[in-house]
Amino acid sequence: MTTAAAPRSGAPATVLTEALTCRAVHVTFGETEALRGVDLHVAPGEWLGLIGPNGAGKSTLLRAIAGLVPHDGSVTLNRDRRPAGTDVALVPQIPILPEGMTVAEYALLGRSPHLGWLAVESRRDRRIVASVLERLDLQRFADRPVTHLSGGETQRVTLARALAQQAPILLLDEPTSALDLGHRDAVLDLIDTLRRDDGISIIAAMHDLGTAARFADRLALIDQGRIVADGPPRRVLAAGRLSTVYATPLNVHTVDGEIVVLPAPRSRQENGP
Amino acid sequence: MATLPAPDSAERATGRAFRLSPLAAVGAAVALAAVALLSATTGAAALPFGDVLASLVDRLPLVHVDTPLSSRQEGILFQIRLPRLVLGMLVGGSLAMAGAAYQGVFRNPLADPYLLGVSAGAGFGAVLALGFGLDVGWGPFDALPAAAFLGALVAVSASAAIARGAWRSPATLLLGGIAMAAFFSAAQTYAIGQLPETRTREVLSWLFGQLSTSGWRQVWILGPYVVVCGGILLLHRRHLDVLRVGDDEARSLGLNPRRARLAVIVSASLLTAAAVSVSGLIAFVGLVVPHVVRLLVSHSYRVIVPLSALGGAAFLALVDTGARTLTAPAELPVGVITAFVGAPFFALVLWRSARKAGT
Repeated sequence: MTTAAAPRSGAPATVLTEALTCRAVHVTFGETEALRGVDLHVAPGEWLGLIGPNGAGKSTLLRAIAGLVPHDGSVTLNRDRRPAGTDVALVPQIPILPEGMTVAEYALLGRSPHLGWLAVESRRDRRIVASVLERLDLQRFADRPVTHLSGGETQRVTLARALAQQAPILLLDEPTSALDLGHRDAVLDLIDTLRRDDGISIIAAMHDLGTAARFADRLALIDQGRIVADGPPRRVLAAGRLSTVYATPLNVHTVDGEIVVLPAPRSRQENGP
Repeated sequence: MATLPAPDSAERATGRAFRLSPLAAVGAAVALAAVALLSATTGAAALPFGDVLASLVDRLPLVHVDTPLSSRQEGILFQIRLPRLVLGMLVGGSLAMAGAAYQGVFRNPLADPYLLGVSAGAGFGAVLALGFGLDVGWGPFDALPAAAFLGALVAVSASAAIARGAWRSPATLLLGGIAMAAFFSAAQTYAIGQLPETRTREVLSWLFGQLSTSGWRQVWILGPYVVVCGGILLLHRRHLDVLRVGDDEARSLGLNPRRARLAVIVSASLLTAAAVSVSGLIAFVGLVVPHVVRLLVSHSYRVIVPLSALGGAAFLALVDTGARTLTAPAELPVGVITAFVGAPFFALVLWRSARKAGT
């Protein structure tokens, strides 16, 4: 897969260089319209951050891309649609950790989409998983039950399963919501390294706007099921737009070259001299 | 991706992952063989261990061994004890495998053919078939397992429908099972009441869960179901491991959870129905055996399904040996003993899972 010449703006990307294209994706749950026509392009090797308030449709969009919710419109990859699970890998926000399953076994589940209906894992599948575990520095935990891990370890283990799928697109649903500051950056740095090494594309729903700006190449701001802004972090993170979407006054600052979004100091103005 | 040589521990751990250790497999096989020999040599007529072995070896093709057993003793061995032993092993293996399969698809450690009401449903179907004199047919094409299967499918579908969306809550599924079991027991009692007097006794003695009336005919009814449905369940054991992460994640891993669940439920129910139609209602085997395997060996269904088959076979053969010798010359229904063992075990599992849910 070529990672070069991925157009970021201006002329529409040609089909060949797009890793993923969403066109007019609609998702309805009963009466509620969760997504109302989302258009999206993600280039190979690109990190797209999905931001927006709770319930805006970030998770639903990821689930639609993964084929987990029925949707209108199209989600296409630049290559032919491959078997489910080999084209996109999803890291769920709150993974279900089966009792008694070891880290090695859990990661080996990631090979499942590559197996035939009745086939079992080959030696090659097991080797791929072993090397993924090593890459994520999990070899020490390989025999440990997945229920006996810290938050950061659990995050790496779910990532290991997704990487074992060897899909060109990795979907992350709030990958670091359960982690403290240090572990959060460690996991995101790791994901960043992996996508640079392998050329995989990342689509990540991200909660913290400053972090999203730091790691993503591009941000898509979602509000009420629509993408209301899409572009480089500095352009998308405009104070006025964010204040409207998040329905609270927000200021955007630059500290040491990094973008920081903070609530506008309303109370100080009211009580100040 | 370049597959770099991984450190030994990760390589070894992934090599071990989901695999049945040879030690456990051999151990289970040895236990089963030991129980089989014990059962074949124990009983009212004493058959010496070595003589039984010689007689069995003599039956192998192209082998001739002089056996000291008299023809009367050989008759007891081959026409009474062996069919009963083989049937006991097939029924035990079937129920334990079905239990493991239900636990897998419902992601519920308390699932069991008996507790889900599947056995009661199968029993009702079988009672109707027996009552109307439909226990005719040839081998696996007997009408009895077919009627039992219909009852079993209705019961398991209804239990699952009642607990729909709440499969992760063991209690809801069990309550559905209780409702089904109660309904089918009542229907069964009503049906038995409508039967002609001559049929009633036959149906009742069958219902208690007995292997005492069994011969090679019953083995021939159940055997093909064990091969086909047991084979399907064994082929699905990998999918049961994938299902443990939930339907959503299983789908993102390329599995169609509905298709896998349907295949497993139909196979497990057919297996239960066939077992019930030859042995009556034998409770708790499907709960106890997979749990012991889980406790002693592994949580992976790739290990639980095959070891439950072996373990269930050994367990029921052992219990049945007890059933026919403990109170000799009288005989206990085998279902009574499994319930005596299983009910306290069930209470323990329930207590432990309730405590875990509480913390």
